[in-house]
Amino acid sequence: MCENCVKSDLSLLEPVFREFEGDEHALVSILQKAQEVYGYLPIDAVYRIAENQKVSPAKVLGVATFYSQFRLQPVGKNLILLCKGTACHVNGADTIAKAIKEELGIGDGETTADGVFSLKEVACLGCCSLSPVMMVNETAYGSLTPAKAKAILRGIRDEGK
Amino acid sequence: MRIVIGEGSCGIAAGAKKLHSALSQLGAEVGITGCIGMCYLEPIIDLYEGQDLKARLVRVQDKDAQRIVDAAKSGDLSGVEDLRISSDDESFLSKQTRIALRHCGIIDPESIDSYRAADGYKAIAKVRESMTPEEVIEEIKISGLAGRGGAGFPTWFKWNAARNSKGDEKYLICNADEGDPGAFMDRAVIESDPHSLLEGMLIAAYAIGAKRAFVYVRAEYPLAIIRLEKAIADATAAGIMGDCEIRIKAGAGAFVCGEETALIESLEGNRGMPRLKPPFPAEKGYIQKPSNINNVETFANVAWIILNGGKAFAAMGTENSKGTKVFALTGKIRRGGLVEIPMGLTLRDVIFDIGGGIRDGKKFKAVQMGGPSGGCIPESLLDTRIDYKELGATGAIMGSGGMVVMDDSTCMVNMARFFLDFTAKESCGKCVHCRIGTKRLHETLVRITEGKGKEGDVELLEELCRGIKDGALCGLGQTAPNPVLTTIRYFRDEYDAHIRQQQCPAKECVALRRFTIDPVKCRGCTMCARNCPVGAITGTVKNPHVIDQTKCIKCGACKATCKFGAIND
Repeated sequence: MCENCVKSDLSLLEPVFREFEGDEHALVSILQKAQEVYGYLPIDAVYRIAENQKVSPAKVLGVATFYSQFRLQPVGKNLILLCKGTACHVNGADTIAKAIKEELGIGDGETTADGVFSLKEVACLGCCSLSPVMMVNETAYGSLTPAKAKAILRGIRDEGK
Repeated sequence: MRIVIGEGSCGIAAGAKKLHSALSQLGAEVGITGCIGMCYLEPIIDLYEGQDLKARLVRVQDKDAQRIVDAAKSGDLSGVEDLRISSDDESFLSKQTRIALRHCGIIDPESIDSYRAADGYKAIAKVRESMTPEEVIEEIKISGLAGRGGAGFPTWFKWNAARNSKGDEKYLICNADEGDPGAFMDRAVIESDPHSLLEGMLIAAYAIGAKRAFVYVRAEYPLAIIRLEKAIADATAAGIMGDCEIRIKAGAGAFVCGEETALIESLEGNRGMPRLKPPFPAEKGYIQKPSNINNVETFANVAWIILNGGKAFAAMGTENSKGTKVFALTGKIRRGGLVEIPMGLTLRDVIFDIGGGIRDGKKFKAVQMGGPSGGCIPESLLDTRIDYKELGATGAIMGSGGMVVMDDSTCMVNMARFFLDFTAKESCGKCVHCRIGTKRLHETLVRITEGKGKEGDVELLEELCRGIKDGALCGLGQTAPNPVLTTIRYFRDEYDAHIRQQQCPAKECVALRRFTIDPVKCRGCTMCARNCPVGAITGTVKNPHVIDQTKCIKCGACKATCKFGAIND
């Protein structure tokens, strides 16, 4: 177990373990719940999950890094999912990515210095008829223009103040 | 009159929830329904008198709430006349034949009673009371139903194989990991009619002899998961589930998990990497037990087939492809949304008759079908019928139903690059041909779109494509070259223009753009010079300006700000 890593409150994992007790195929589900608890997968939690599931930490990390949903770093308060699906691509998703960069100074996988926003580009949100689309904290915003996207982000920032 | 508001994901993104609370605050009783499929008209409100739809109001805004409430109370629709759907838009629906989507946008997806009132759960009752599992499978065989996830494999065959597989412990799995970018048919079905999915699954479980079932849903579809959870709880409480247990497993974001053996790996808690076939899942699937996997849309057809007979289903379609198919019509289309049509209609029927053709009066260029596994079909092939075999002959595939329409502003080389960027990222890495081959394809395509293409690149791409098709284990790898091969096949001139003339005919590839100022049209207003982020434009007031090509970063800011149309590219 690494010495310099974060010290997470591992007791928070206990209810998760209880929920999936005896289910040896629940690793993906457990990681999903753990990420809900911490907002990401802290490395010490990964070790604890491995111990509990009686598998190697490498196996847990292997699964965690395979799926795009999992993150090993904390994210900002507001998570922006920018859709880069086909319909959004055709309707100008790149210009929205550029607008977000201009407004917040972050690109894919980055978090603003103040920790308010993180940006993640995703393959498809399934709201193709409203393309281009972004989702902030599970609310989808459709038919975006660069100006509209900037205004929405400003609104969310102001709301949080 | 009853007010019913469409609250699928699209409707909600368009403002349906806000509208709902605005109506509620005015004291109105508001019911909900799922997605009617006319996403381009959202938010949509239906006014019902009993079971009769009296008026459909479209593109409704919060400020319209009061007059809608008034109209519903008084029954006088004159105050909302301007919001009513046009007859032109109505034809979007009237030209469709809806089976998988039969309840979508009509019933309340969160109410089991609403589903039951629409003949819901009558098919499973009929099956349990009066049919043997063999008879169920026979009925599905007669219907000609084939896998709607894309591959088009006969459904009855899979069910039969799983039924005949040795062992008492069998599993049924619903693939709702709708990963194709540009496709949202399964999301709409689960959000709008979750019980029909459950009923289809219960019938399949009965036919196969499975007691446990999973629905593997994308985590990106939170609303679908919520509605499905409620549907399972309600159906369980109503005693409909019988001896079958259905559980939801949320996917964790991996395109390859749409492949059935990768999906099984993921269900088992592993990295979603495909297995070698055989053994097929029907023999050894989930935890090495006989398993059967079907797509959401496939299941959504099952109850209808049982109630109406396999013959009625098979009466629709072509010799090779029976029944109907749902498509998600998106891109540069005038009327985008969900479309369900009998097989055998042509692409032109769908895109022009139902979809209304191209937006903004532009020209049709291609339609992309089948997502990253499919291909781009050009205008000359628009009379191709919707049929597994005929679409396959174009180099594209039927796919799960994504239909992304493109106009002449879409660069086909860049489109191929877009898909290879996707498949290269989503390749699980198991097979060398796919892992490295898609990466090399992507690199080469990037080079071409950046104006660094060279003679022989197209041949290199083709060679790589052949290698990947031959060398990859699963469907993801074997079909990954399709977007490249079809764009080369139908749009070779665009590749040549990029490579030989350093031009992007669609003017989409930024690196190949060259902005110049027309000295005749330029009035010397200085707007462009002031807006140029790198100071590449020089000139004095009232005199034509000039762009320094060595400084220009081709951002297009000058063109966007020029009021005189003086900037060429």
